[in-house]
Amino acid sequence: MSGTFVGMPKFPVAARAALGDAQLRHNLAHATATIRAKRQRLVDEVNANCDWEALRLAGAGVKESALRSLDEHLVRLEETLTANGATVHWARDAAEANAIVATVARRHGVDEVVKVKSMVTQEIGLNEALAAEGIAAWETDLAELIVQLGDDLPSHILVPAIHRNRAEIREIFLAEMGRAGRPAPAGLTDEPRVLAAAARAHLREKFLRAKVAVSGANFAVAETGTLVVVESEGNGRMCLTLPEVLVSVVGIEKVVSTWDQLDPMLRLLPRSSTGERMNPYTSTWSGVTPGDGPQEVHVVLLDNGRTNALADEVGRQALRCIRCSACLNVCPVYERVGGHAYGSVYPGPIGAILNPLLKGVGQDKQTDSLPYASSLCGACFEVCPVRIDIPSVLVDLRAQVVDAHRGGVPSAEALAFKGAAVALSDARKLGLGERLAGPGLRLARRAGVIPGLSRWASARDLPPGPRESFRAWWKRTDGGRDE
Amino acid sequence: MSGMRVALMVTCINDAIYPDTGRAVVTLLRRLGVEVDFPPAQTCCAQPMVNTGYLDEAVPVVRTFVDAFAGYDAVVTPSGSCAGSARHQHSIVARRSGDAGLVTAVSELAPRVHELSEFLVDVLGVTDVGAYYPHTVTYHPTCHSLRMLGVGDRPRQLLDHVRGLTLVELPKAEECCGFGGTFAVKNADTSIAMGTDKARHVRETGAEVVVAGDNSCLTHIGGVLSRQRAGVRTVHLAEILAATE
Repeated sequence: MSGTFVGMPKFPVAARAALGDAQLRHNLAHATATIRAKRQRLVDEVNANCDWEALRLAGAGVKESALRSLDEHLVRLEETLTANGATVHWARDAAEANAIVATVARRHGVDEVVKVKSMVTQEIGLNEALAAEGIAAWETDLAELIVQLGDDLPSHILVPAIHRNRAEIREIFLAEMGRAGRPAPAGLTDEPRVLAAAARAHLREKFLRAKVAVSGANFAVAETGTLVVVESEGNGRMCLTLPEVLVSVVGIEKVVSTWDQLDPMLRLLPRSSTGERMNPYTSTWSGVTPGDGPQEVHVVLLDNGRTNALADEVGRQALRCIRCSACLNVCPVYERVGGHAYGSVYPGPIGAILNPLLKGVGQDKQTDSLPYASSLCGACFEVCPVRIDIPSVLVDLRAQVVDAHRGGVPSAEALAFKGAAVALSDARKLGLGERLAGPGLRLARRAGVIPGLSRWASARDLPPGPRESFRAWWKRTDGGRDE
Repeated sequence: MSGMRVALMVTCINDAIYPDTGRAVVTLLRRLGVEVDFPPAQTCCAQPMVNTGYLDEAVPVVRTFVDAFAGYDAVVTPSGSCAGSARHQHSIVARRSGDAGLVTAVSELAPRVHELSEFLVDVLGVTDVGAYYPHTVTYHPTCHSLRMLGVGDRPRQLLDHVRGLTLVELPKAEECCGFGGTFAVKNADTSIAMGTDKARHVRETGAEVVVAGDNSCLTHIGGVLSRQRAGVRTVHLAEILAATE
């Protein structure tokens, strides 16, 4: 019961369809503006007392130092987790991770698991893999529940149903809740309170029944063997404490060295994501505590392309990402097209770099189109709590995409840039070209067509071409002295 | 500023399409006592190549750039984007070339490249350039000048001192206009959606003129406004600062 991103078209094609959805445009503009304003208020508040930039540097430093000696930290994490009574598994890719989770579930004879909101389990398609084994994976985060019930796809990292308004959510609950468990109550309205109460009643029976829970983790502390989940609704706390068995799938980049290092991270994350000083629920657990919470704890440490990203000199900084989604909320491209056009559970500016870094470029057109899904305005870098220079990574990935296609039959674009390189390496050739530019532009404006540039002219007039280039004027008038 | 050798990097787009902007910089600097030179070997900053991923193709263009401007104490350009390219991207291209000489030449030249408002406020130390422009104007801070260079309120300080000028606030001023170089054609639909919103905000101000420090962005904003027959014109910052009674 969920859609799939498999077979998504290139970004420009997907974006064109999304741009035509007036309701989506309205929902996104409203939601991103609200969350942007909340975040900015809190950043201003921090700046009034201390320094947001110093906090960003601290956060980037914590993640950067962990990534620099990732191998050592991961081995340490395995030791401490094991000493705490957890079972540690290593998964190279999605298939291995899914198989580990399925094996644990099968061993306990269950046909359902409850899930904490987790990006990594979406990345590996865990729900679909478990469904193929006859195991239902119930999402318990409200927005993930909306997406799951609606047979939909997430469109935002933090608020995956951001593309839905409450009228649509009411309709989904009425039509679909009964098929997944407790039906929506009669007389359901679109009031947020009423919708939340319906979700609460629907989910409560699942929390109380489930034997196995699946989670991700926001952080994994190597020093203490502790996993951390940060959330708003309390559904995560239910999943992490009530079931007998807990399986946590954790990307290897989630490791931090020491408990103290959580300090800047837990200050940066809620302010950057939900626009709160502190999130309502922070759950930490260190393996098994006898008589309290799950008595069988598994941790699946997942690579799935992360070591490829780590090997990328410019792109490796993307592994600092703490999935706050501040970059999505400020991105003018994301605000207009929404998350689905990125064809991944990781949309927006971070998705435009993370997907190519994890999957590699030069293999499929959809992934290769993502680094170009940006005007390079730099708003994402400005808000990133761990200072990922997304524009620089985008530019580097564009070069990787172009390089991956060198050697074959050159595209029209490649030929154009080769030609431009020749013309722009020699001012005399450029001057010659400029003599044609003015008349060319005037002709194109009159005729209403520009060969090869119809995508510009479809909505934008061309500037009038000048009678004389600057270069020609300078030469003719001796820099204006003879005018 | 006596004895300081100052070069004008006019930029390829101003050279070919907006020569009046280049002429305005010459007029303005001459009025402020700076005799600016135009090294004729200059072409382009190579940003179109770099930002589309064609680094090999950018190498000879950056080499041409460095050769054209070597020996000048300061390079001034009426473009935040092209200044950003020279200051922040040429080193990437130079490293790609594997030419240690180019790496050194770029690292020496890059800090001497100034966007116009930076040059006026930081190098010349002036905010009142003696301009007169009796129009209602709204200012769009371009992304690269704002976030790549960090020009801050320098253009505003300059505009605040222009006599006769009424400056009106642009809503959502710091949001990108959607140009983005080849983004404007590779992702034309998204670019147009962004440009349409920017044009709407410009129209909301009631200004006669939208001013910015980059003619590339103004080509986009102006292109949308012109198509909409909005009756608002785009003017480069240099042309307003050069205007007198």
